[in-house]
Amino acid sequence: MTTNPIAPPLITDAGRSGRDNDKGVRSDLRVQLEIRSSGGIQIDLRSRVACSYGDSIRRQAQDVLEQLGILHAGLLIADEGALPYVISARIETAVRRAGLGQSRRALPPAIAAPAPSARDRLRRSRLYLPGSEPRYYVNAALHAPDAIILDLEDSVHHAEKDAARILVRNALRAVDFGGCERMVRINQLPLGLEDLAEVIPENLDLVLIPKVENAEQVREVAARIDDIRSWRRLVRPVWLMPILESASGIENAFDIARSHPTVAALTIGLEDYTADLGVVKTSEGFESSYARARLVNAAKAAGVQAIDSVFSDVADMDGLRRWGERSRALGFEGMGCIHPLQIPVIHQAFAPSPAEIDKALRIVAAFEEAQSKGLAVVSLGSRMIDPPVVQRALKLVSRARQMGLLPPAPAEAR
Amino acid sequence: MPVAAKAELARNAIGRLVPLEVNHKAQTPFLGVNQYRPSGAKAAPPIRSSSDYPASGDKRLPDLESAFRRCGLREGMVISTHHHLRDGDAVALPALETAARMGVKDLMWFPSASFPAHAPVIDLMEAGVVHHIEGSMNGPLGDYCSAGKMRGLGVLRSHGGRWQAIQDGEVHIDIAVIAAPTADPFGNATGSLGKSACGSLGFALADSIYADHVIVVTDNLVPFPCVPWQIQGNNVDCMVEVPSIGDPSKIVSGTTRITRSPDRLKIAEYVAQFLRDAGIMRDGFSFQAGAGGIALAFVDYLRGMMKEAGIKARFVRGGSSRHLVEMLQEGLTDYILDGQTFDLDAVRSLATDPRHVATSPFTSYNFHGKGNFASMLDAVVLGATEVDLNFNGNVVTHSDGRLLHGIGGWQNCLFAGCTILAVPSFRDRLPVIVDEVTTLTGPAELIDVIVTERGIAINPRRQDLRDAVKGSRLPIRALEDIQREVEDICGGKPQKPSLLKRPVAVVKWVDGTVLDTVWQVG
Repeated sequence: MTTNPIAPPLITDAGRSGRDNDKGVRSDLRVQLEIRSSGGIQIDLRSRVACSYGDSIRRQAQDVLEQLGILHAGLLIADEGALPYVISARIETAVRRAGLGQSRRALPPAIAAPAPSARDRLRRSRLYLPGSEPRYYVNAALHAPDAIILDLEDSVHHAEKDAARILVRNALRAVDFGGCERMVRINQLPLGLEDLAEVIPENLDLVLIPKVENAEQVREVAARIDDIRSWRRLVRPVWLMPILESASGIENAFDIARSHPTVAALTIGLEDYTADLGVVKTSEGFESSYARARLVNAAKAAGVQAIDSVFSDVADMDGLRRWGERSRALGFEGMGCIHPLQIPVIHQAFAPSPAEIDKALRIVAAFEEAQSKGLAVVSLGSRMIDPPVVQRALKLVSRARQMGLLPPAPAEAR
Repeated sequence: MPVAAKAELARNAIGRLVPLEVNHKAQTPFLGVNQYRPSGAKAAPPIRSSSDYPASGDKRLPDLESAFRRCGLREGMVISTHHHLRDGDAVALPALETAARMGVKDLMWFPSASFPAHAPVIDLMEAGVVHHIEGSMNGPLGDYCSAGKMRGLGVLRSHGGRWQAIQDGEVHIDIAVIAAPTADPFGNATGSLGKSACGSLGFALADSIYADHVIVVTDNLVPFPCVPWQIQGNNVDCMVEVPSIGDPSKIVSGTTRITRSPDRLKIAEYVAQFLRDAGIMRDGFSFQAGAGGIALAFVDYLRGMMKEAGIKARFVRGGSSRHLVEMLQEGLTDYILDGQTFDLDAVRSLATDPRHVATSPFTSYNFHGKGNFASMLDAVVLGATEVDLNFNGNVVTHSDGRLLHGIGGWQNCLFAGCTILAVPSFRDRLPVIVDEVTTLTGPAELIDVIVTERGIAINPRRQDLRDAVKGSRLPIRALEDIQREVEDICGGKPQKPSLLKRPVAVVKWVDGTVLDTVWQVG
């Protein structure tokens, strides 16, 4: 019992449960926490997996509360089959919402750190995973996108920003995203700066910065990341991908692209951009062709990748394929996806054609032959090949190898 | 006192503890696949004389009560009904309620399957009208039985096992009540026509032949003759006309919609790729896919691959749906041999396309037949609630031991040339690959391939299949390997369910022997 008759009992909650509506909540849980002044920890568990993991959930809840310094509390759990890292996240959120445990964290066990990503790695597809929907995380890598992107921004309700940040942090620690590059879209600044402290230490590869208008915003994020990396002594590189979502952002594209050496790519957000222009967004994309071309040019001028927006009609696979093919023709190297079924279509759209690969292979062979003979001029048949053409062919062959369209190079000569 | 409490138990050939007596009948424990050879003569209905029936052929009675009276309904009888209208059925429950109004007690209800619409049978069991159920139990009925509240033991049989039990006399049906979308006054009946058309009436066929009395209930009475008939009026005692036998739109129930989950679509795609890469998909082949969302999606993937390769099947077996009907129309198969009809497209096709043929558990599944269709299939794709490291399958209980599904044609289909269980590697947090299945429904020696979204495991007994897919790009893995990965994700091995040492139901094998016991949930 509380000793102070004025203070009401402090009750907070976090997460979701319930099967009332058509779809129902799965792989999440709702916790209600009542902070008490005595009596130890009382756990009341309702779970659809109680028979298989009930004891484990109770033990875990007890551990998490102890790690956060909570000694007396009632915890009501309505669990819909959440995985352990989600359970920790929801309890930690409830504790933080009670204004407690601020200097502590209840971190789930970490999986082995995946290999860091290269600045110019393959980025054909990045699969958006809403920061409030843990059920999609654990199998995301099975659909083999080049990247997964855990979203803290538009897919998360403003009242759930705190919860999403903790959930995404735990997911980065505990979920095996396989060979996918691990990306997070932070919130619009300044809130986005607070997101960084939670996610940067968890083997993050790339941060997407939304609604970037100028180079200064990128440098602000880069500086905060540097602070966290040096404070936590992290060596893993963290790349940046600014998202340009306004007319003025597009005008500043080149400055933004070269604002910081960790910028690896520029991308565009078409929902906000078309709204800013006051035009209707179409699946042909004529209204954004200038912005997209401008962005590609700025990115290439700065030596970073140009990545396209998402195609939002999940049912229209032919439209997606056409969009992706046009996008590649414009100079984009990849795009976002909002459903796993879009991934293979996008990969096909961004793949070089067999004729392109064949031509590139012949140019590379001619180049290698010229090298071995000590010739400065590369020729194919009766035609002389310019150095930029050779460079493009070398890059195309290397990309085709990464995409699995060609067998690996013998002994990886380059 | 519950029958179960005093039952003696023995271990069967696969090591499961089973009762030696079920509902006062002695049982043979499972002896192994194809080991049991019963002898003697098949059961038969009583001899009738046609002179006892109206020469006009008009067997109509005003209502179910008069029909029950004519058939001599009394305490302790076995009443059978059928699930052609699935969750839309509006005949089984009114029939049992009529019996209740007549003051009859202690009936055994013998449905070919039960659905959520039948949950009110719980009230009839509480009131003593229904003594127990031998047939599938799920939802509230499953919970009621699992909690040990039913007076007798539940008996779960496959569709083929139901025919076997009727034919060898293990179950004697006193009165069969057959819901017919169209019938004539003589009792000829079909499921293909009428406002409540549901397709085949195959599940009622055995009942119409072997029951002491047969009542046909219809909401579309046509003048004699009703052609082509699926139920012969010569087996029918009386006819009852009602305003509605059910809601045909509910034939499409939860298990007959294609999945939209990307993970499950991935499983479906792997299954189709497996059939292609193992060389099972070849000209003249045959397959059957069950009712689950994955199985339906698999058909769509396979169709694409068959078109691409220019391959045509000789026959496919349903549970038929729009997906199979489209294959037939595209010329990708010569025939659909249809066990039950899952959607209205399939109902229309069965009624109009002579290449879409209604079959019954007799042609397809019956252990006492001189062979059956199921073993002639090249491949079958089924679901499961659990599989264990030995490749045994469970399809009837949830991991907590509660009854969840009926067996349906699942056990019978295991005899196909290649049996594939297409399952997610976990559901919510529950691993599907377990050390030992909660309830053994299918023995490992008949289960060849487990396909999950994390990889494909081939039963070590099927070296031929392992060799066939060698060199393909399929993610072939050891079952243990997939299990370990999933247990890492789920936070360790699941606890064992706390089950009481009191049987509440038994799982029969296709030959009538007892394969496993369902225990009371604690």
